[in-house]
Amino acid sequence: MPKLTINNVPVDVPEGETILHAARQAGVRIPTMCHVEGLHPIGACRVCIVEVEGARNLVSSCAMPAAEGMKVRTNSRRVREARKTVVELLLSEHNGECQTCDRSEDCELQALAAELGIREISYAGEKTKRRIDASTPALLRDNGKCIKCRRCVSVCGETQMVGALFPQNRGFETVIGPAFNRDLDDVACVQCGQCAAVCPVGAITERDQIDEVYKALDNPNLHVIVQTAPAIRAALGECFGHPPGTLVTGKMVAALRRLGFAAVFDTNFAADLTILEEGTELLTRLKQALVEKKDVALPMFTSCSPGWIKFMEYFHPDMLPNLSTCKSPQQMFGAVAKTYYANKLGKKPEQIVVVSVMPCTAKKFECSRPEMSDSGARDVDIVLTTRELGKMIHAAGIQFDCLPDEKMDAPLGLSTGAADIFANTGGVMVAALRSAYEIVTGRPLPGDNLHVRPIEGLKGVKEASLKVEKVKPEWKFLEGATLNVAVANGLANARQVIEQIKSGAKQYHFVEVMTCPGGCIGGGGQPRYTDNSVRQARIDAIYREDEGKELRKSHENPAVAKLYEEFLGQPLGEKSHHLLHTDYMPREKV
Amino acid sequence: MSAELCKCTGCAEATEEELLNQLDDVLEEYVGTPGALIPVLQIAQTLFGYLPEPALKKIALALGKPFSEVAGVVSFYSFFSTVPRGKHLVRVCLGTACYVRGGKEVLSALKQALNVEVGETTSDRLFSLDIGRCFGACGLAPVIMIDDDVHQRVKPTQLGKILDGYRTEEEAAQKAKAAEENDYGFRY
Repeated sequence: MPKLTINNVPVDVPEGETILHAARQAGVRIPTMCHVEGLHPIGACRVCIVEVEGARNLVSSCAMPAAEGMKVRTNSRRVREARKTVVELLLSEHNGECQTCDRSEDCELQALAAELGIREISYAGEKTKRRIDASTPALLRDNGKCIKCRRCVSVCGETQMVGALFPQNRGFETVIGPAFNRDLDDVACVQCGQCAAVCPVGAITERDQIDEVYKALDNPNLHVIVQTAPAIRAALGECFGHPPGTLVTGKMVAALRRLGFAAVFDTNFAADLTILEEGTELLTRLKQALVEKKDVALPMFTSCSPGWIKFMEYFHPDMLPNLSTCKSPQQMFGAVAKTYYANKLGKKPEQIVVVSVMPCTAKKFECSRPEMSDSGARDVDIVLTTRELGKMIHAAGIQFDCLPDEKMDAPLGLSTGAADIFANTGGVMVAALRSAYEIVTGRPLPGDNLHVRPIEGLKGVKEASLKVEKVKPEWKFLEGATLNVAVANGLANARQVIEQIKSGAKQYHFVEVMTCPGGCIGGGGQPRYTDNSVRQARIDAIYREDEGKELRKSHENPAVAKLYEEFLGQPLGEKSHHLLHTDYMPREKV
Repeated sequence: MSAELCKCTGCAEATEEELLNQLDDVLEEYVGTPGALIPVLQIAQTLFGYLPEPALKKIALALGKPFSEVAGVVSFYSFFSTVPRGKHLVRVCLGTACYVRGGKEVLSALKQALNVEVGETTSDRLFSLDIGRCFGACGLAPVIMIDDDVHQRVKPTQLGKILDGYRTEEEAAQKAKAAEENDYGFRY
């Protein structure tokens, strides 16, 4: 445990801890542009430089381990001046366009320049050339604004192990981007948007679709409805100054009504529906494997997360049969809204516009997949991120905090607590176990208030085993069986699970994967900046929402039961198969 | 250009497909070796004379590296080229020592002598011109490298003679022939 002083304040830190982290213990925040919590430090931006007594040069505190007896100064004249120079140099190349930039409200570079009191840039020179990449439906990149901090490279390569972004060329010519500075669409990008979530400036953002929503709302011939993903309610408040983890479900509904949506519905409804379809699919696969001795693909993987789906299509096409054929809740919602709900209204699918609010950028891609039009029209028309909805509410002059708490509309706005927890890593698995266990045994899931603690929380890979005993007669083949499940969040962790499955080191029956760290609550479309403390606060909020509900198991959702009774028939039935299930296609990796 | 004109006129050069098969053999050796990317790229460049995209994609797949990373490494080092190169690669050092001792003048004289810009190849495909950032021979500045030969304390006036040393009689004949054919719009 090295002891050192930071600005004369003594601190004790664990071996290997960096000066940056040690400083936090001393109550000192050192600014940084390139550091991403939990990933390898790269020392690219030089903003976090500090003075270490006895060292010839200033050192980057994000990469330098704290050592015994170190005397660190973070705010000496030398540090202040050097840091200012570093930021001025960043600004001198940065093609900021601050007045019209998507990030003008929350640009980290702008904030840092203000914090350092930079009033002029001493280095006039060439700016990085503007180059817009709008090749994907999800993301917009502008190289002119990029400051080459490489946070996006770190998350894309390390957290996701996708590696779509990498520094190209050299020196002033360096651009951060896909191979040979081509478009994102030319390389294997899953469009998860984690790059956009960590970008400190306006170089990577989501494709803004706010105007498309207004166009639809302005058209009197269209019936425009909205669905909100479970993760929005735990994060939208951050757009209005609330601390992470503030639940704003009621105000969110009120705001959406005031924006003019004809009905405010819930993706949660479709999450409950997903559990019935996916749970039935799992039990069917198990039956085929155990009773009929068929060669069926196990473990089954969840299929809610569109980045994960695209990841499998690129990197593990041989395991596509293992993916559940269930569409994601967003797409199930669209398909049901434009058939079942449209029928109720006496409208045609094309007269209805389905807008989704998602924590996700990949959902923008997902809804544009050509096969996602089983209702006869495109099932989901427009996807907004949480951030876009926040902007829309601001721009409409809606005083969010003054709104009353309102309720979602029936029938597609009704949901159980099991749907809420879809928002976080482990949640889909817990929701599935709550229903599957009860359907098979007739008893509620044992344990701690319907939780399965080993698979909850931020750990990258989690496992649980569940012994199934005293089953109902129709599930006799499962008597005494042990169900092994795994949960991964972040694609690098998912890759690890896949490798263990392929090598035979691990055997599971059911695996949940969410593309983003922490699950959807940490999605690429969520309010910035998301670190683990923010993720945990949102997760806590999601479980509060779940625990506060009277119904906490998907199969108890009366609106879903009615949907089956009036329209779908039964899970995995013919109509379900047509509307709620899909297939996948291998994609070229390079 | 019609297919007729593109057809190989009987030289013994291997086709790209054959070279890609050779690359497979190389990759087989290097799979699983840490730090294999740069050596493999060097071998591939020697094999093909440059780094064509199918080769880069094959390398990315075999070494389990994202294509963007492979492209990033290729575009970082001036040694690597993604466009076909001439028979001889002329590289002018523009590192600090060579730069201050006249490297820039040597470069502009070479551009004139070869009638190409940096990164380009002469129409007879004999020479490609490139720049380098320090060959580690600062004491001999300014230096140029032609293939693996280092030429020291180069003066612009010596360049013609140095280049001629790489033009064999046969190549000189080829050059004359090419120049003639160029009049009819023929190109390599």
